[in-house]
Parts: sequence; structure tokens; C-alpha cells
Amino acid sequence: MILAQQLILGVLVGGLYGLAAAGLSLTFGVLRVLNVAHGELLMLGGYGTFWLFTLWQIDPFVSLLAVAPAMFVLGMVLYWALFQFVVKAHEETRIKNSLLIGFGLTLVLHALAIRLWTADERAVTTAYAGAVLRLGGLAIPWLRLSCLVFAFAILTALHLFLAKARWGRAIRATAEDWEAAALMGIPVGKTYLLAFALGTALAGIAGGLVSISYSISPSIGMEWTLKALIVIVLAGLGSLFGSFAGGIILGLAEAMSVVFLGGPYREVVGLILFLIVLVVRPQGLFGARA
Amino acid sequence: MLEITNLQVAYGPLLALHGVDLIIRPGEMVALVGPNGAGKSTLLKTISGLLAPRAGAIRWQDEKISAASPQRIVEHGIALVPEGRRLFAAMTVRENLELGAFTERAHREKHAQMERVFTLFPRLFERQRQRAGLLSGGEQQMLALGRALMGLPRLLLLDEPSLGLAPKIVESIFAILAQLHRDGMSLLIVEQNVHAVLALVQRAYILEGGRIVGEGDGKILLADDHIRAAYLGPLARGAV
Repeated sequence: MILAQQLILGVLVGGLYGLAAAGLSLTFGVLRVLNVAHGELLMLGGYGTFWLFTLWQIDPFVSLLAVAPAMFVLGMVLYWALFQFVVKAHEETRIKNSLLIGFGLTLVLHALAIRLWTADERAVTTAYAGAVLRLGGLAIPWLRLSCLVFAFAILTALHLFLAKARWGRAIRATAEDWEAAALMGIPVGKTYLLAFALGTALAGIAGGLVSISYSISPSIGMEWTLKALIVIVLAGLGSLFGSFAGGIILGLAEAMSVVFLGGPYREVVGLILFLIVLVVRPQGLFGARA
Repeated sequence: MLEITNLQVAYGPLLALHGVDLIIRPGEMVALVGPNGAGKSTLLKTISGLLAPRAGAIRWQDEKISAASPQRIVEHGIALVPEGRRLFAAMTVRENLELGAFTERAHREKHAQMERVFTLFPRLFERQRQRAGLLSGGEQQMLALGRALMGLPRLLLLDEPSLGLAPKIVESIFAILAQLHRDGMSLLIVEQNVHAVLALVQRAYILEGGRIVGEGDGKILLADDHIRAAYLGPLARGAV
């Protein structure tokens, strides 16, 4: 029973891992830059939701309607101010330069968050926060379940955009071969901007959901970047639903480690998984062989 | 129509094109031949805006386009079918064609133009839901050509359209190129298959070491001793 309960919680947190990873995977897959400040962007989205709730009592799910576009705009600004210079370089140089810029951004955002919101842990506590769905002897928190469904809905919407919309297809074409995309008349710079802004908005939404169902503090960034990286390695690049499934697998693995090994091993099991996948199946569980 | 004067292109310190002059008149089909590393692909990439020239000018209908982005050049009606086809392998045939019509001008004509491409290549119509990466080499070349046509070009640049294809398929691709030419399209074809391409075009340029070293009527070049010795080899006399 304890195992089943833990596994359910694992799935619920895994959906958020998947959402965080999907944003990172989008920017990585399209721009070929690794934005290590992705977790900090997630943290900002969390504080945005927290702010709207604390200052104006706006329901967190509603506030995501404001947080997501705000984060989208922030993504545009960050691309314009920083990452547009990174993507001008050749692909190997892009990764290195983006790491440097990403770490710098991490430090800035971390310090800024401590200034603005102090180092305390914060969470959005709504009136319905404690509601629980009882199934047999199992307790499923309604809020976390809603977050999982919400995350899945966002990824489905993004999937449809990438599959059907003119600019969504332009993003996929650019990810596959930017030179060929340019020859089609696709403005590659604009697709990069769009993909980065979408990735940032996804981080913001994930952060909002984290602030609702868990808690946020200025230092959670690195942890979430790490989780997202583990999921990307686990799932492979190029599939949003692959990222979602990868996130849930990570959540389940963590849950099992809590039951069988004890709480402290929770963070370690993801890294072990990371190493095993890199050795055994470097293209990821759902990724195509390069 | 397309006028290139004294074009110089460099990769870092290395000059790949040392002042190239080339003209394509409206409705003309022109070949560009030369050994590997002569700068043929470099020239096509520069016309399409993927590379920026160090000096010289490219004019298109009396407008200077040598500093324009690839996007602007596609909008002007110049399309490149790149070497190795460069299809979006993970996407379907139909998606590849739709991406070919990305510019505003082409987007408005998308449905009509797709009909035309399907008439030209009935094979693509049959395979429209398949992933481009699963097509045969010949079908991939047809798709690359069809995708470029979706952008409503007036000048079509082709980089090695026969590369890696069986002779029968090369023949049918060349027949399509001849048909496009009859319909009024201008074409610039880079080709290793010198014999076949010189028989196809009206005029050809010879590029060696980044310089134009010869220019003339395709059929006359075909009979030229230097060309025969350099590009056609001992088999040329009996071939085709």
C-alpha cells in the first residue's frame, strides 16, 4: 500500500518533470543551445504565480493565463539580449557559449529572486489545497492531479501547434536542418526566437504548477534544470510526449527509491538512471538512433 | 536577369571564388561544370544568400541581392535545390511541399501550385503521407525539386540533381528540367554528369579553381577537346 501510494505521487510529480523537460528540450532541439538557467526561469514562473495569488488573490490556475505570456515575453527579451549572439556561432561553439551565458543568467536570477522574495520557501496555498481523492486506501491530492492533467493539456496543445501550424512546422523544419529551412524562405532567426520564447513560457507554466502543488525558493533552479536534463537524456530529444513519459518514469524511479532505499536516495536515483541510459542507450528511450 | 560580376567568396582566409562573372538571361537553361572543389556549390550557396560574398555583386532584375538574406532571395523568386537534397526527413512528403511554400507570395498560391507539382510528379501524390526519409533516392530528388517549385521560383538553381541516382531516373529528372525550361523557367544546373547536362542546356560555364575558365554553347563545349579530356574521359566518345 505504501508502495502504491508512493508510485501515485511519483507519477504526479513526474508530469511536472516532463513539462519542465519539454521546454528545455524544445530550445535545445531547435537552437542547439543548452540553457542551464531553465530551472531559474521555472522558479520565476513560480514566483509570478505566487505573487498574483498573494497580492491579488488570483486563483493560481487562472494566473497562469498571465504568467505564461509574461514568461513568453521574457523569453523573447532573453533571446534578443543574449542568445541571438550564441546561435550565430557554429554548432559546437553554441553549446559551450550557451553554458557560460546560462550559468551567468543562473547567478543573476538567483540573486535577484533572493532580493525580491527572500530566501524563504514559498507556496501557493489555495482554499482547496487539502482536498484529496480517496480510492480504496489510496489518497490522491486533487491539486496535484489537476496539475498533471494541466501539464498534459499544455503539451498536447504545443504538440498540435508544432504538427499543424505554419510556424510550428517552421520550428520543426529549422530543428531538423536550419540551412534547408532558410532555403524555403523560413526566417530562421524568428523561429529561434519563437522556440526560445515558447520554451521559456513552458518553464514558467511548470514553475506555476510547482508553486501550487509543492513549494518554491530562489535555489530550486539548479535542481529543476538537473531533473529536466535527466528526463531529456532518458527520453531522447524530439518528442514532447516522450519527455512527458520520461518525466513520469523519473518520478516513478524516485518513488521506488524512497520506499526501498529511503528518502535520502531520492535525488541519487535519477543520476544513476542518467548514467545507465547514457551507457546503454545514448539516444534515449524514445529517441531515434542518430 | 541574373548578373554576377567579379564575385569573390571566402571561407575565413581562404578565397573560394576569385572574381566570377556569370549571366543568366530570362528563360535560359545554363550549366555550370568543373572539377570537385572548383567552387560550384559555393557559387550556388552565395546566390541563395547562405554565404555572403567578400566582394563583387549579384544583380537580379537590376536589383542588387548580394547582401540579402536567404528568405529575401526566395521571395525574389530564386530557389536552390541543394546538394544531397536536404529534405526534412522526419516530415511527410506533403509537409515538405507545404514548407516549400512558406513565403507570403507562395503561400497564397499553395493549393494550385501543389496540384501542379503533383501533376509533374504523380509519384509524390501517391506518397504524400509518407515520411520523406523513407522515399527512394529518385523520389527524394523529385521531392526536393517539387519543394523548390512550391516557392514559385523564376530561377531554379540545382546542385548535382543526378547524384547517386540510376541512369533511368536521371533521364526522367532531366526530362522534367527540360519541361520546366520549355514553360519559361530559367535554370542554372551544377552537374558532375557533364555529358548529359551539356546535351541538355543551351549554354555552359566551366569553373576551375574558383575562376570561370570557359563559357559557350553546350553542344560546342561537348565537342571541345579540352572538355572531353578533362571531364568526359576516354569513355566519352562511345557513351550515351
